Order: sequence, then structure tokens, then C-alpha cells
Amino acid sequence: MTKPRIAFFDFASCEGDQLQIVNLEERLLELLQHVEVVAFREAMKEDSDNYDIAFVEGSITRPADEERIKKIRANAKILVALGSCAAIGGINCLKNFRDQVTVRKEVYGDKWELFDTYEARPLSAVVKVDYAIPQCPINREEFLSVCKALLTGQKPFIPDYPVCVDCKMAGNVCVFEKGMTCVGPVTRAGCGACCVTEGAICWGCRGLIDNPNTYAHKEVLQKYNLNPAELTNKFKLYFGAKPELVKNPEVSK
Amino acid sequence: MTNVNLDINLHYVTRVEGHGNIVVNVKEGKLEKLQWQVPEAPRFFEAMVIGQKWDVVHHITSRICGICSIGHTLASLKATESAMGITLSERDLKLRRLAIHAENLQSHILHLGYLVLPDLLGVGSVIPLASSHPEEVKTVVRLHKAANVMSDIVCGRTTHPQRLIPGGFTKIPTKDELQKIKDTLNAEWKDIEVVAKLLKALAGKLPSFTRETEFVALTSKDEYAIYDGDMGSTDTATEPIKNYKAWTNEYIVPHSSAKYCKHNRPSLMVGALARVNKNYSQLSNKAKSIAELFGFKTVCHNPYMNNVAQLIEIVHSWEDAIAKIDELLTDPNYDKQVGPSAFTVKAGQGVGAVEVPRGLLFHDYTYDANGVCIKANCIIPTNINHANIQADMEALVPQVMTKPQKEIELALEMLVRAYDPCISCSTHYLNIEFKD
Repeated sequence: MTKPRIAFFDFASCEGDQLQIVNLEERLLELLQHVEVVAFREAMKEDSDNYDIAFVEGSITRPADEERIKKIRANAKILVALGSCAAIGGINCLKNFRDQVTVRKEVYGDKWELFDTYEARPLSAVVKVDYAIPQCPINREEFLSVCKALLTGQKPFIPDYPVCVDCKMAGNVCVFEKGMTCVGPVTRAGCGACCVTEGAICWGCRGLIDNPNTYAHKEVLQKYNLNPAELTNKFKLYFGAKPELVKNPEVSK
Repeated sequence: MTNVNLDINLHYVTRVEGHGNIVVNVKEGKLEKLQWQVPEAPRFFEAMVIGQKWDVVHHITSRICGICSIGHTLASLKATESAMGITLSERDLKLRRLAIHAENLQSHILHLGYLVLPDLLGVGSVIPLASSHPEEVKTVVRLHKAANVMSDIVCGRTTHPQRLIPGGFTKIPTKDELQKIKDTLNAEWKDIEVVAKLLKALAGKLPSFTRETEFVALTSKDEYAIYDGDMGSTDTATEPIKNYKAWTNEYIVPHSSAKYCKHNRPSLMVGALARVNKNYSQLSNKAKSIAELFGFKTVCHNPYMNNVAQLIEIVHSWEDAIAKIDELLTDPNYDKQVGPSAFTVKAGQGVGAVEVPRGLLFHDYTYDANGVCIKANCIIPTNINHANIQADMEALVPQVMTKPQKEIELALEMLVRAYDPCISCSTHYLNIEFKD
């Protein structure tokens, strides 16, 4: 049996998700016994357009990116969005809340016109995405479990319940009890509530669950008498892709 | 010489972080065009943090880079802490130095073991080495893992750390966890020796090219500076980091629309080679013996020796991390203090500088009275180095242009790789479209 051919690509991102694959350490060596990596610019010189599975990191942030992702989509049998930027638009979407010309002028001064950009968006705004592994950065264990599923012809499992479930299982004190705001009640679980466990809050990097219970979230905010403006700002960090761009029903399933 | 013609167009140099191209045109022995191009998508972080509060800015700017996210977080926190007059406990300052050691180790090992070693062994990536040199690859993997375990334990996570916040840490490692890091580091000394010997045996493959340049790094009278210090140069007198703009002066050159940096000369270099050159006397003893093994002499002007400087720093960080952990383990008050330093949010401006794997990094923020960020500037080491990479290529190509094209391409690629550029980090200042 020939090994499945896999390829890695990136758009606007920090490349932190591909780093998590390297960070699998000795288990990456094991994975390499089951797949053939044919493109991974960050780690190898060889390059090929012939692959079965494409893992793509990063957001689409300029018209020129669209042609490249469409070509990757055409070549791949399965396209997996890797990380928050690719899956939901991620932190890059923070600039969407400001005027795009102002943003360019602030960073590049009188040379701003040389720097093409539009509102950041996830891969699914341009092409059909088969599976998404969210999180900033991705959880290496989840990447491995998705690989195992794809290599054995199964559908990968990504939870569709809120981070609060993971947080309870981790035995954490609710951050609302500590007087902080958190977007865990509407954010997709699967991270083990790692940020709350480490003493921070849930920032929402895995994106909204499919049917967020916003009513319950509002109740929590009222119960703790929290400032809605503060929470709105927390929502901007990872949920900033325009809703109509998060998933284009024409091309995504 | 006069009949040499070259048309090199390396679209996306591989085994570097981010997208960079090398274009060289030589006609009849005359260098007509040479460009180190960066087509990476710009990301606008300085504009993204405007309107954000002091307690989320470091979370956002960590995302500038996956490989040096701990360094970006620390530069960001130091800028915020400077703006608001926040001071840290001695314990937390030591833990932050451990955090930066962990990241520099992780990054240097990744660079030397996974990105540089394939060039020295004549293959395209580390993947074939897993079969041809299994023991060497497993050794590199063990070292990389040890550095990552240290990041996990100190920072909460290897990438985009959660525990680092203004004023200190949300959570600190237990003494048992510190002991675990120390035991791992001690157990791995033999692996470091294996890697040092391997690189020594292959060091002859590093081109013996030199071009005199200026090296800039943090410098301190107290230690081999990575977390704190003043700006030091191999050319000029030392100055405080608040003068950073005068040391980075962005400028435009006619053959490239990418912004470059300069200080005392048309270009400068930051990173491991700059640090070792500037602060050699403060390296640990074992680090100095590695330097001697490779015949390293300051001031070394061969950019390919940045690889060797990274190995010297791996040994230094390994030794210094063990020393810092010993100090923390013997501190009777280690786990008695709780939480980060208390402070009052106020208006102000602050600059934070740290030495990340690729060199000197600056974050500069201005906050209003509510602690909302109203101005931000980040100067990234790869950005500082771009002009030096271009200048090195301009000096290198005429020296090697009569060699076979493949050899020239490899020499140019190895040069870029030696700088270990982090292009995603640097692109918020670089042009994205090259117009011929």
C-alpha cells in the first residue's frame, strides 16, 4: 500500500501551528512511517503538487492569496484548516474592526499603498474546507488524532460543546468567580480548558460552538454583574471574521 | 570571469520561517540584479493593538511569531510594565530568564538540527536523515523535547504562553517541577556533546566568507544579557534602550522597496553571533570551551558562523538554566509569595527589549489613563538583519560566481538560513510586491 501524501502550506500566520507538529518530537518520527510528506517549506527543500491531504495554516488577508488557496484546494483530496487563523480567521481579524486604509497608514506611513490587504478571513471564505483543527496554537494531540482518523478513513472528532465542560473536568475554579470575564461558555471545547488551567481566561481561540447558548452566557454576565463592553472586546479577539465570511455555504459543507 | 552568466530565481527559500526569494542576474560577469525579496503577507499588529487594554496586548503580540512567542510576550510585558512603573520580584525575574533560555534553546536546536544539518549532510530535509542518521536525529529530538518541557513547565505552554502576565506569573512551577527540569538538563549533557562533535566534524562545510559589519546586542555588566541590559555595539558606545529608534533608523534603498535598518554603518547584524561577539567574556565556562573547539575568535565577521554561535549559546543557556534553577530551589521563600506584583493602571509610554533567538527585539507602547493602548511600535530582529543579508549577498556573489550554479544557490540559501530569519515576524515593515 502506498503511503498517503501529505503537504503543509501557510498564509498570514505565525507558523506556530506547523511548529506544534515539529513539537510532536519522537512521535513525529513515528507519524512519518505512515505518511509521505511531499511539501513543507518550513522544513524541507522538496516540493510537489501531488498530494492527498493538505494541512493549511493562516488566514486569507489579500486578494492574491485566493488564487493560491484555490490551487491547493484543486490539488488536495482532503483540505484541513490548521489553527485558529485558518479555521475561523483568528487574531488576524482584529484589524477588521478598523478601517483598512487607516490600518495600512498606521503601520506603513506614506508607503501604505504598496501594502495590499483586505479584511482577514478563514480559508472557508474562499474554498471548501473538509475539516478544521482550531486553537491558537493547535493542540498537538488533536492533530495526531485527526491524522489517525483520516489515515483510517474515519471522520475526525472535534467537540461541539463549550469549554466550560472541559473546565469542569479539569477541576478549575470558574474565572467568573475570580471577577474576570471569559468566553468559555460559547467557545468550542477540546483544549482541556488549558488557558484557565494555567491561570488565564478562555480567550475563545477555538471559535464559537455551532449553537452557542448566548442566553446562558448573558445570564452568567448578569449574575456576576460584569461589564458588557469588556466582554464585547474579548469577543473581538478571535471571533472577528465577518459572519458571512466565516463559512460560505456555496463552497463549504 | 567576463563570460559568466547567471539567472538565479529561488522562489521561496525553504527551511526558514516565512517566505523569502533570492533573485540574482549576472550578465557577462557583471552583477546586474541581486535582491533578497520578502513576499510574506503583512499582518498589521501595531494597528491591531490600538484600542486594546493593557491586559490583552501581550496575548495579541505573542501571535506575531510562533517560534519566538515567549520572546514577543516578554518584550510586550516589559514595555507595558515600563509604561506603568511595574516592578517584578527577584524570583519572577529569574523565572523569566528561564523562560527565555527555554525558548532560545528550543529555537536554536530546531534551527541547527532540523534546518541547517540537512545542508551540511547534503540532503533536502531532516526526513531522510531519520533513516540515514537515526541516532543523530533522535539525539536532536531529545534535546528539542527537553527545551520544550522547560517552556511548558515555566510558561504553561511552549508556544503562546499563558502564565506570563504584567507584573509576573499567573502560576509558577513547583519545586518538584523545577527539579524535573534540572534532572532532564543534567541527563542531556551527553547529547549536547554528541551534537557538538557532529557539527564540529561538518563545520568545514560552512563557507569561509567574511564581510566586516556592525554587531548589536543587549549588554549588561551583571550577566550575558538576554532579558535585560543596554544596547551594545561592536562599533560604538553603549546606550539605553529608550534610544532604540536612533539605533534602528529605517531607510529605503534604490534597489529594494523593503525597509532596512542601520546604525553606525549601512547595515548591522543582531542574533547569536552578535551576542557572542559583544558579550563573549560573560559566557559560561562550557560555552567558552565549545567556542574554542570551533576556533571561534571575536569579533567574528563570518555570518555563517551564526550557526556555531547558536551552538555556543545552547551550551551557555543549558548551564545558566541549571544555575538559575539551583538558586530558585535553595530560595526558602520561593513558594511563599503569591500572584503578580500589584500596580495601578496609569497613562505612560514604555519600551521593552529582550534578546530572542534571532536577536534584539523591541516593543514600544503608549497607554492612556484607562490603560488602553493608543500607540505601538515593534522592531523585529529579522527586520534589522534584512539589510545585512542583502549586503552579504552582494559581497558573496562576485566571489563565487564562477562556481556551478547549484553551488552558488546553495551558498546563498545557506547564508539566508544562517541568519535563521523569522520572516512572518518581520513583514509588518516589509514591502510585499516587488516591482522590477
